[in-house]
Amino acid sequence: MPFVPERRQRKRSPERRTLLRPFIWLSQHLQSALSSLGQLRRSPLATLMTAAVIGIALALPASLYVFARNLQQLSGTWQPTAALSLFLHLDVQQPQAERLAQRLLDKPDIQSVQLILPDQALESLKSDPAFAEAIAQLPENPLPIVIALAPAPRLADPESLEALADWLSSLPEVEFARLDTRWMQRFQGILALVERLVLLLAFALSGGVLLIIGNTIRLEIENRREEIEIMDLVGATPGFIRRPFLYIGIWYGLLGGGIAWVLIAFSLFLLQEPVAHLAQLYQMDFHLKGLEAKELGTLLGGSAGLGLLGSWLSVGRHLQTASTR
Amino acid sequence: MIRCERVSKRYPLSGEALSELRFHIASGEMVFLTGRSGAGKSTLLKLIGGLESPTRGQLFVDGRNLNQLSPRQMSFHRRRVGMIFQDHRLLRDRTVFDNVALPLVAAGVRHQEIRRRVRAALDQVGLLGKERTQPIALSGGEQQRVGIARAIVSRPPLLLADEPTGNLDPDLSREIMGLFERFNQVGVTLLIASHDLALINSLAYRTLTLDQGRLVADSGTPHAFRA
Ligand SMILES: Nc1ncnc2c1ncn2[C@@H]1O[C@H](COP(=O)(O)OP(=O)(O)OP(=O)(O)O)[C@@H](O)[C@H]1O
Ligand SMILES: [Mg+2]
Repeated sequence: MPFVPERRQRKRSPERRTLLRPFIWLSQHLQSALSSLGQLRRSPLATLMTAAVIGIALALPASLYVFARNLQQLSGTWQPTAALSLFLHLDVQQPQAERLAQRLLDKPDIQSVQLILPDQALESLKSDPAFAEAIAQLPENPLPIVIALAPAPRLADPESLEALADWLSSLPEVEFARLDTRWMQRFQGILALVERLVLLLAFALSGGVLLIIGNTIRLEIENRREEIEIMDLVGATPGFIRRPFLYIGIWYGLLGGGIAWVLIAFSLFLLQEPVAHLAQLYQMDFHLKGLEAKELGTLLGGSAGLGLLGSWLSVGRHLQTASTR
Repeated sequence: MIRCERVSKRYPLSGEALSELRFHIASGEMVFLTGRSGAGKSTLLKLIGGLESPTRGQLFVDGRNLNQLSPRQMSFHRRRVGMIFQDHRLLRDRTVFDNVALPLVAAGVRHQEIRRRVRAALDQVGLLGKERTQPIALSGGEQQRVGIARAIVSRPPLLLADEPTGNLDPDLSREIMGLFERFNQVGVTLLIASHDLALINSLAYRTLTLDQGRLVADSGTPHAFRA
């Protein structure tokens, strides 16, 4: 007799069932994930179109992020040759100034020094016709010795440059130190602006992605209302019914993230050559950087997370009404 | 197995479908539920199966108070109750096999086990050759039997059948009743809603009669029932 009520059969091997539970759980999830993927593959065009919309939405903030990253890299390449000028006291003579210059060059914070003697400075001023006549009137050279120095490239932020300038002006030979950081502050300002834009765009477009996925899942639930109802009738738990929709959301997110990555990689490929050419004209060693493995991981993880969140919100709103309770 | 304590069900639009029902069905009984159309037979089966909840009163099935089950526990309750619906409730775009497999899929049964059990269930209702067919291509009686196979596939200790012979010719009706009697012989409790009085009277089982939502007759346990 093949028919034995479930209750009796269960009594036969309770410990085996308990042991198998984690495997059953895992295989159920795997099955859900795969069957959701199969579901998407059954209508490839619609799936691809939705994923492409998600991909483009994700590609916008992601590519701006790549742009900001390259800009930052550029700021490292572009060290100014003389960002600091030390004006020495008038009574400091050349040998003393040379000793100071040598001492400064030994500092790890300082990359290069250049001594500008009063005569040299005066000569270069004379070459400007606006000053030439006035200078000719002077009884003696009023200019101090100037040391122009370039800080080490690792001091890229205004704060540590400011600190270096403070220390330099406290030297006994130095009348005052002038720090030219305006270009850097502007650059940092632009960079901060771009970074803020990345955040803003990411935030706004994530909202868009949530809406797209939520709406797609809503339609999916609508299409499968009958199946949901019957699964509910035959004893599928609410979690079991919810699961395939959550996986569909995750798949959409992942697909969208993948498409965003392809879009960025393709644009970088197209830009690589003109950028290299431009860099060569400026005699710079600069190459465009794409997304690193970690950043790609963040992109895909984030998009999968968005997919899950979008479908979770949608399932919470729309699946309740499908259930018979 | 089933204990009804002053159960009432009121629908917002059509009013009281069941009022103050009170009865007990012991484990292993086979009981018919009869009454005119609209008497509340389907409604009572839905309450016992956990598809609707009573407006008032307590309903105990297998010792569980259905009012106190969480949604998840309610799902587990439904797995232990096989339901045969008056309107079949089959998925039209799935094969017979897939339809019958649904309760096992929902319960997380493994693949090979599902194959084996679905084939056994289809064999019992005489539809083994139709596994790959879609319900649309089946006659009303065959669809009915797919619904029966789905209800018994997970071997529930309680079967609720709503007009299981509604679309069947007399011979097939007898056959299905014979099947139900065999289930009953191995300990399954059955509650069968039907207005086929000729069939009910020919079988001599306990019969509950509903009229406008009230229990108007309970034939009691006849000689055939062994405790
Ligand atoms: N979902 C519902 N919403 C509102 N009223 C309902 C609902 N289901 C049933 N009813 C009402 O409850 C009453 C009992 O209906 P039920 O389906 O239980 O009758 P039945 O005995 O199964 O009849 P039949 O023999 O025709 O199947 C009817 O008056 C019906 O209109
Ligand atoms: Mg009915």
